[in-house]
Amino acid sequence: MTGVAIVGIGMHAFGRTDGVSGLEQGAAAVRRALADAGASWSDMQFAVGGSASAGSADSLVSTLGLTGLQFTNVANGCATGGTALFTAASAILAGTYDVGVAVGFDKHERGAFRVDSRSAGLGDWYGASGLALTTQFFGMKLNRYMHEHAITRRTLAKVAAKAFRNGAANPMAWRRKPLSEEEVLASSMLSYPLTQYMFCSPGEGGVALVLCRADQARRYSDRPVYLKAVVVRSRRFGSFEVLAPSLALEHNAGPTVDASSAAYEQAGIAPQDVDVAQLQDTETGAEIMHMAENGFCADGDQEQWIADGETEIGGRLPINTDGGCLANGEPIGASGLRQVYESVLQLRGDAGDRQVPGQPRVAYTHVYGAPGISGVTILSR
Amino acid sequence: MRVDVPVDDGVFAITPDGPRLLGTRCTACGTYTFPRQSGCPSCTGTEMLDVQLAPRGTLWTWTVQGFPPKAPPYIGESDPARFVPFGVGYVELPGQLKVEGRLTESDPSRLQIGMQMDLVVVPLSGDDAGNRVVTYAFRPICAAGS
Ligand SMILES: [Zn+2]
Repeated sequence: MTGVAIVGIGMHAFGRTDGVSGLEQGAAAVRRALADAGASWSDMQFAVGGSASAGSADSLVSTLGLTGLQFTNVANGCATGGTALFTAASAILAGTYDVGVAVGFDKHERGAFRVDSRSAGLGDWYGASGLALTTQFFGMKLNRYMHEHAITRRTLAKVAAKAFRNGAANPMAWRRKPLSEEEVLASSMLSYPLTQYMFCSPGEGGVALVLCRADQARRYSDRPVYLKAVVVRSRRFGSFEVLAPSLALEHNAGPTVDASSAAYEQAGIAPQDVDVAQLQDTETGAEIMHMAENGFCADGDQEQWIADGETEIGGRLPINTDGGCLANGEPIGASGLRQVYESVLQLRGDAGDRQVPGQPRVAYTHVYGAPGISGVTILSR
Repeated sequence: MRVDVPVDDGVFAITPDGPRLLGTRCTACGTYTFPRQSGCPSCTGTEMLDVQLAPRGTLWTWTVQGFPPKAPPYIGESDPARFVPFGVGYVELPGQLKVEGRLTESDPSRLQIGMQMDLVVVPLSGDDAGNRVVTYAFRPICAAGS
């Protein structure tokens, strides 16, 4: 794929912004992305957007301007942002449009996500019995993985400490206070083996991207970033996913492995070519397991990688350089696009105190969400 | 007389031999599902036979629910002052599938991947007359051991 460039990026700070609706945060992100591209809303031929709990994205036109453009709402759980990007890129690749916007935003109530059993295709008994919690899945997938691959709790704490350290260097992040490994380990146990500070929280925020045909990128930006691959996959039989009353006996690698290998193939890029990665870190174990699922290391190698600081800024493969979901929280509709926003900053060399050294050329993003869906993008200068 | 009412009578049955999970088996490829489904997730077949699943298996993985689930949908104790953590795990039923359920044990030092488990019911809520809404749970078979 050669055809799509990101020429504008905009973000509304993540965290809690009382008095500002999710839609307003989405609108702020769009305006910043347009300003970054030197374009106006009336230049946009189409838009794709989504939020899980902050209203229909297409109602943004009321505040951005009733220009009559095609606006498509997308909803795909935690992969909503990735799906908005996929849909927008597809419209440009198909030759339907030259330039448009992908936007994601959200604003969630405090505390763990409230799961609607029925919309997840499950009976009411599941939630009534105390099983409809995504946090349980993360604890159970990780417990099995630690058992099979000798990952220690100390390593879980190291990943959280890195996230909050990176978040402290990111003015758009929610959690900007560094936490020690000891503080992480000593926080309350939410879902064994995961403690409070090993989990991200539902939050608020918005991100928008201006996308255009690659051959028109220089009209808008002297530092375009090219979308080399964008892939979204759902689960296949035998994978271990969130909100599953049962699992097959046989084991299948899951949608992340499928999306990842398809993205490498589409981009013609290998895992060792990636200079900086943003991986879904709903909790610290997810980041660890996703390192292997995205092809960056073998199962179990994470223990040594992390002990050696290889995933820190300055390491072999810096991961979640903006603090990830742990430091930014998870506004579902915006989360995947936040990863792309951070990737563009890193590729432009604009990431400030958290800039990856050595002028990174290739960036990688990965989201995962219920009920077993993954989105991967590969970007390059 | 006190009555135990299943949280959903399509999910498990209380029989004279104890509780039994209600699943289906694909007549084309033999894949098991829980709960019942009208189609096969493996071969896409649509002839599914109702079956009772094995009441024993081994613990495949587990966690402990350390904070009260939101109510609704939860119908058990959700008051943080009175909530008691409970275990959750997947139990591998030999030759069938892995079923997710609550565990009667919630102490991490007493839960081990690979331990033998059997099926019981546990109360979620009750009324003044002593009637209880129950759900299924897995119990370590050697509760007193290790
Ligand atoms: Zn079948």
